[in-house]
Amino acid sequence: MCIDCNCGVPTHAHTHAHTHLELGQDLLSRNDTQAAANRSRFKAAGVPVINLLSSPGSGKTALLERMARDWGASHRIAAVVGDLATDNDARRLQNAGLRAIQITTGQACHLEAGMVQKALATLESDGIDLAALDLLVIENVGNLVCPSAYDLGESLRVVMLSVTEGEDKPLKYPATFHAADVVVISKIDLSAAVGFERSQALRHIAQVAPRARVVEVSAKSGAGMGELLAVLGLPILSPL
Amino acid sequence: MEAVRDLALEQAGEHHARRISTITLRIGSLAGVEPDALRFAFDVVMAGTLGEGAALVIEDVQAHAFCDVCQQTFPAHDGVCECPDCGAISRDLVQGRELQLASLDLDCDDDPLQS
Ligand SMILES: Nc1nc2c(ncn2[C@@H]2O[C@H](COP(=O)(O)OP(=O)(O)O)[C@@H](O)[C@H]2O)c(=O)[nH]1
Ligand SMILES: [Mg+2]
Ligand SMILES: [Zn+2]
Ligand SMILES: [Zn+2]
Ligand SMILES: [Zn+2]
Repeated sequence: MCIDCNCGVPTHAHTHAHTHLELGQDLLSRNDTQAAANRSRFKAAGVPVINLLSSPGSGKTALLERMARDWGASHRIAAVVGDLATDNDARRLQNAGLRAIQITTGQACHLEAGMVQKALATLESDGIDLAALDLLVIENVGNLVCPSAYDLGESLRVVMLSVTEGEDKPLKYPATFHAADVVVISKIDLSAAVGFERSQALRHIAQVAPRARVVEVSAKSGAGMGELLAVLGLPILSPL
Repeated sequence: MEAVRDLALEQAGEHHARRISTITLRIGSLAGVEPDALRFAFDVVMAGTLGEGAALVIEDVQAHAFCDVCQQTFPAHDGVCECPDCGAISRDLVQGRELQLASLDLDCDDDPLQS
């Protein structure tokens, strides 16, 4: 066997050269380029864009429904929703009064910048002007693993965990939490029922998400929505 | 992961490779990619290409953060950015988010030493 490679050709009978290439190429450079294009579009339109990440069931769609209810009269909000196969979330959001575009990812377990670009084209063909929006929220696929590697061009990355998921959750997904600008603790109406150890959770979040601001909300009761508005840096607007 | 295959095949094409023998990736512990999942998908993703049968080598990069108080770099084990000496939380990650095609080993048709 060739000792330089595992080509199986005896060394003395080599008829091919072995080339070693030092590359150091970013694997996701194509996504990053696309994300940069999205980002400059959002910037030109002056619209803040949130990339919302959590496990399935943490309450991403419920939070969007609550945003529509509490902020919809004063803020023009649109949503892009990535989900496996079904279009239930988009319908829930449309029923809540949001302009919502579904990205059906098929087998994919995360959104990529190119998918968001296509969704923007759909938004536009539906007559929704990015520049006329006060907020665009991208509900990522429910998954705390690979979505974290894909920049979508967002201005804020928001990672959410509900009180029912346990105080250790951030320590189990440090890569995702580390990239968070904001961590939302959701379903705080259930804190007492599940014996949520708040200070422990906050400590774990600080350890793995050192740059993040933390906000605690209940989509059910509406608690914390004012703080969320402030943490997201959104202006308080009078009804449209 | 398709990105690995696409980048590797692009390079292999440019260098007129007959075969890719080794693909070396560099993956930070906070890159958001599970090396085991990559290893698992690798053979399937490479099947039927010049990279079929290639060896996959993964260089792990341990996350490190810088403590402003102690003016030192420390390993952020399990992503915990808490200085082991003073307990301060660092916001300054110096490495650990790498996700790179580090190098490729190719078998090329023309062997300059023998032709
Ligand atoms: N009690 C309570 N339940 C919630 C809250 N937010 C979401 N839920 C429930 O949690 C489940 C999953 O919510 P959903 O928004 O679909 O989660 P997603 O998968 O992250 O989009 C649903 O049954 C919601 O009714 C909350 O603030 N309080
Ligand atoms: Mg949802
Ligand atoms: Zn050989
Ligand atoms: Zn994925
Ligand atoms: Zn220190």
